[in-house]
Amino acid sequence: MKIQRSTLAFWVPFIGLLVLVQVLSSVGILSNFWVTLLKIGAVMSIICLGLNLIYGFNGQFSLGQWGFYAIGAYAGADITYRWTQLHSASGLVVVLLVVLLVALAFILVSKLMSRLRGLDTLSGFTLYIIGLLMAAVIAIFIGRYLINPITNLLNLLPLNIASQIVFFFAVLLGGGVAAEVSYIFGFPVLTLGSDYFGIATLGFSIIVKVLLDNSDTLLGFEEMKGARGMIGIPKMTSWIWVSIFLVIVIIVTRNLLHSTHGRAIISVREDEIAAKAMGINISQQKTITFVLGSFFAGLAGALYAHVNGFLHPNTFSFIKTFDPMIIIVFGGLGSVTGTVAAAFTWALVLEGLLRLVLPQGFETWRYVIYPLLLLVLMLLRPQGLFGTFEFPYLRQILPPIFQPRNSAKPTETVNEIPGDGA
Amino acid sequence: MEHERLNFKDRIIKGKWIGKLFLVMIALLAIWGIGSKAIYNPQLFIQQIINGLQLGFVYALIALGYTMVYGIVRLINFAHGDVFMVGAMVSYFAVGVFHLQQWPSAVFPGIPLYLSLTIGTITVILLSMIVCAILAMVIEKIAYKPLRNAPRISALITAIGMSFFLEYFGALPFVFTPNFIPYKRPFDIVTWYVNNGVHQLQAGKAPPQGSVIFSNILLIIVLVTIILVLALTYIVQRTKVGKAMRASSYDKATSRLMGINVDGIISITFAIGAALAGAGGVLYATAYPSVFFWMGMIPGLKAFIAAVLGGIGSIPGAFVGALIMGQAEVLAAGYISTPMRDAISFSILILVLLIRPTGIFGEPEAEKA
Repeated sequence: MKIQRSTLAFWVPFIGLLVLVQVLSSVGILSNFWVTLLKIGAVMSIICLGLNLIYGFNGQFSLGQWGFYAIGAYAGADITYRWTQLHSASGLVVVLLVVLLVALAFILVSKLMSRLRGLDTLSGFTLYIIGLLMAAVIAIFIGRYLINPITNLLNLLPLNIASQIVFFFAVLLGGGVAAEVSYIFGFPVLTLGSDYFGIATLGFSIIVKVLLDNSDTLLGFEEMKGARGMIGIPKMTSWIWVSIFLVIVIIVTRNLLHSTHGRAIISVREDEIAAKAMGINISQQKTITFVLGSFFAGLAGALYAHVNGFLHPNTFSFIKTFDPMIIIVFGGLGSVTGTVAAAFTWALVLEGLLRLVLPQGFETWRYVIYPLLLLVLMLLRPQGLFGTFEFPYLRQILPPIFQPRNSAKPTETVNEIPGDGA
Repeated sequence: MEHERLNFKDRIIKGKWIGKLFLVMIALLAIWGIGSKAIYNPQLFIQQIINGLQLGFVYALIALGYTMVYGIVRLINFAHGDVFMVGAMVSYFAVGVFHLQQWPSAVFPGIPLYLSLTIGTITVILLSMIVCAILAMVIEKIAYKPLRNAPRISALITAIGMSFFLEYFGALPFVFTPNFIPYKRPFDIVTWYVNNGVHQLQAGKAPPQGSVIFSNILLIIVLVTIILVLALTYIVQRTKVGKAMRASSYDKATSRLMGINVDGIISITFAIGAALAGAGGVLYATAYPSVFFWMGMIPGLKAFIAAVLGGIGSIPGAFVGALIMGQAEVLAAGYISTPMRDAISFSILILVLLIRPTGIFGEPEAEKA
């Protein structure tokens, strides 16, 4: 296997930076404050890569990313909380079973739907909900008998390793739960036009926040403690875990965008009708991106939950929904490099630098400076800080995005079918 | 569309009955949840409807601004809610600090109190409207006009940035402070109760069991809103500016060719929308007497949702949507679950969008990026 130079040119400095942070923090040069900020920057990059996939590459104006982030955070936190505080793998087992069985139910329902052609969206949605409820009930019923054996099995391992395994699954399942919720929510909502889709997803974020505010009374999860905030989550998100997940997410994004699916996804952004005419299943592409983007948001949420060991519904209030949107526009829509750079810049500058640079008593000014910076940036560089700049490894040969159609310079020759013009 | 006749078996398989059944189930649940309690206490139900009206009329004033701006520049103006907050704040300073509502009695000492208060209140509302209109025009000039030809998302991000700026600038200690401020109404509250005829409620006394209460605030809100909406309808439908607005929202390039100053019209649209929001801010603060630098966020969002519910871009749609939103919020809070009130109103929005993707009054449009 031959490794290309562009691959090395991207990965060697990138992994080097990640390792450097780890080394500096273990030596003690980087204080805990900065490492936490870097972790939050990495978490933010994962969310924003997901959103960039949905909005930057597929053109679906989603404001629901923060809701999926919240779902992932609470799902992941619940699993590790039950493991460390209650010494039982009940969270892990039940969530795992629910995720697996619900996925199975979704597959079955979609098979059924393709059999019954002509079923309208709302009916399909109802079928999906029925499938989801049945799968969840069965999963909880089976899960009851599996909790004890699996807890005992995990107890055979050394505590440290068992905890890391539980944590790994918690992060994955956080993403899984978010992905499944996004699938069932996206099924009807993805049929809406762009602004209406944005508003519906914004509504979704608010609904999630309200549910989390009442998670102890309405949802019945007492350990989440509703609006008082969930405490007692183990602080297990180390820089190594964050880096591993960030690298995985970048690889998945890059490879997806380089595949046939990636081209189909981008074609949906450019022109839905033309994409449809080329035989692309638009709703399928939209669903794939939306679910994958939400999966990333869920992963990031579960990682975030274990950074501070404390979750509060206000962290997930709808005002923050705009943060990922701001970051991806700031970094350049449809640019993976820009997104990652902007996410780290955002975390470090807003929380770190502005707090250090501003004199005592002027900390509240940073939220005055931040929108002003945003305004100035948007007025000077509406295409974002990085525009469409990419590392050669991540770059894709594509026409520049979001330009008026007549001035867009095609960089890719389209094979015209002779005799098709009439 | 297929027009072939389906036989019974096909109809069961292909029909839309599953989705419809789902909707009917939800509707029945809601009716059962509200109705079962409403039947036992009809007075409370009427009271909730009245409270919902009060809220809905304020939402309508904000929603109109959203819908007009969206109709003309296709921009979700997130800063609109904060303009509403500024309107409330201006009236707080005018009434609480400068006692502007007393100017008629100070200038003309002999005039009756009610006349003085009426003129004073109107002055406060007008002042808020003017300040908000100027603020919105400045915002439009600085933040939106340079981005008219940029991608839509850039304008949206500057709108969010403007919203953050107004909020956090307002939260600075020397501006509005980050605290809740008790609001002094420009006029005294008078409450009536309906129980075998309308009676005035004496201060400090509870109304008799089973009566419906309403106050002069409700009457003022309804009156002011109706006057403003009629004025707006007149401007949009009968004047030259309104004609230019409608033309610009239909096709900007052609309007420019016809000699319409489109930039000026957009500026005027922002100003009119913001003036309505400013009036809404005064009314909201008199109804729920406390002002706060973040107070514009949630009502602004609700009003925006109301505009979408009614069909964004449509003025009657915004009005109807706001009334529905007010009722939905109050009834959900009163009969279904208080903490879930916001979740229920947003679920209604999502359901309506699924059934009618462009809102109740919205025209179906083929959207192109």
